[in-house]
Amino acid sequence: MRANLKNMLRLERPNWALSKQIAIAYLAVAALSSAVQASAQNTPLISGGVGFVTSTNNGNTTYTPVISPVLAAPLGDHLLVESRATILDSWFPNGSHGGYTSNSFLGLSYLQADIIASSQLTFVAGEFLTPFGTYNERLTPIWISSYEDAPLIYPLGIGTGSGVGGMLRGSLFSSSRASIDYATYFSATSTNEQFNAQRSSGGRLSVYFPDARLEAGISYSRRLQGAAADFVGTHLWWEPAETHFRLRSEYAHGPHAQGYWAQADYRLARFGGEDSFLGRFEPVFRIQQTFRNSPDASDGLPATNTQRADFGINYRLTHELRINSSYSRQFSDAGNRNIWETGIVYRFLFPTWKGK
Amino acid sequence: MTKPHILAAVCAISILFPVLAQSAAMPSKARSSTSTQPKTSASSDGERAFKQNCSRCHNAPQSLSPAITGTVIRHMRVRAALSEKDERAILRFMNQ
Repeated sequence: MRANLKNMLRLERPNWALSKQIAIAYLAVAALSSAVQASAQNTPLISGGVGFVTSTNNGNTTYTPVISPVLAAPLGDHLLVESRATILDSWFPNGSHGGYTSNSFLGLSYLQADIIASSQLTFVAGEFLTPFGTYNERLTPIWISSYEDAPLIYPLGIGTGSGVGGMLRGSLFSSSRASIDYATYFSATSTNEQFNAQRSSGGRLSVYFPDARLEAGISYSRRLQGAAADFVGTHLWWEPAETHFRLRSEYAHGPHAQGYWAQADYRLARFGGEDSFLGRFEPVFRIQQTFRNSPDASDGLPATNTQRADFGINYRLTHELRINSSYSRQFSDAGNRNIWETGIVYRFLFPTWKGK
Repeated sequence: MTKPHILAAVCAISILFPVLAQSAAMPSKARSSTSTQPKTSASSDGERAFKQNCSRCHNAPQSLSPAITGTVIRHMRVRAALSEKDERAILRFMNQ
C-alpha cells in the first residue's frame, strides 16, 4: 500500500505552504471557470474518493486514512482544466521503539489543461499521467481500483507516474465494429517537488471491438535522461456482454525486468440483482509475476523473481460506498510473505455550486 | 500455502471464472433496470456508448446533477478518448 502510494505521490513530507498554494489555485480555476462558463451543464465539479485502508505486510500493519479529490473545470467550449490530488496520513509500527508513528503525504497526480482541437485530437499540457499500459491512467483512483495496492509491474514504463510537457490524444477511428484510440507524449525533466518528472517520450495505441467487448493495446516509452531505456507493454481487457465478469491483464518489459498481471472479477449480481445481499459481493483474483534480468534499483520492481496471487472479496454497502478486502501470498527468493489488506472507500461527485 | 497449491488454485479459478461468466448471461433488460444508472430506454445509443466506454472502468454514479453533465462528459472525452458521436450520445443519455 505505502509503496503504491509513494509511486503515485510526488511528495513525502507535506509542504503546507505549498498545499495552501494548491488550494488557492484550485479555487482560482473554479472561479475563472464560473466567470466564463457558457452552458448550464458545464459547472465545475469536485469528485474523488475518501477512504480508510489497512495493510498487514509480513506481520506489520499500516493504517492509512486517505482523500483523493478531483477537480474538473471547463473554460469556454474547448478547454478543460483538471487535477487530482492525494492527501493521506500513514500510521505504521515504530520499529524497536514500540507504538506507532506516522508519515503524511500530499501530492498532485496530475494538473493539466485539455484543449479540444478537433473531433480526433485533444492537446494536453501540464502535468499528466503517463499513458503507458492501462493501470496508471484508468485504475489508480481509489474509488475504482479493486485492490488497495498496484500490480508489481506498475512502475515499469511510467517513470515517476506523471510527465510534465505535452500530449496528443484522441479517437483515431470509431465505428460500430471497432474503435482505435491513441496517446503520444513528450515529457521534460522536472525536479519540482510537486511536478517531478523524467525526460521521456512514448505513447499508446488501443483497439476496441464492441461486439466482443475486447480491448487490446500496445504501449511504448523511452527514458531520455541518464541511461536511456526503452519500455514496451501490451494490455488485454475482456468484458463479455451481458455478464458481470471482467478480465484485465497487462504485460510490461524493461531493460532489466519484465512481468505481467492478470485480474478477473465477477460481481454476483445474478443472485437477485446488484442490490441484493449476494449481488453486492464481488470476488476478485489477480495473478502476477515479475522476472529480474539484471540488477536495477531504480525500476521499482522486486530485486528477485517474484510470484504473487491476490484473492479479494469486495462488498458494496451502497452504490458509492465499498469495502475492499484481500489476501495475497507472495513467493520470491528474498522470502515468502503474506499480505492482508482491507479498506473502505466512499466515492463523491458534486458541482462546485448550483448551476445557472 | 505452498507454491503448487497456489498454482492449482490459479488453474481452478481460471477455469471457473469463464464458466461463471457464461452461466451468468441474462437478458439485457434485466441488467439495464439497475437503479444506479441514468434513466433511459434500454436500446438507446447513449446507453450502448456508456456501457462500451465508461463502464469498462467504473460504474455510473448513483446520481448526477444536470449542472455537471457537460463537465463530466468533457472529462471523460479526454480520459476515455471518446469519439464525438459517442460523446454526444452519452451526453443525451445522461441528460434524460
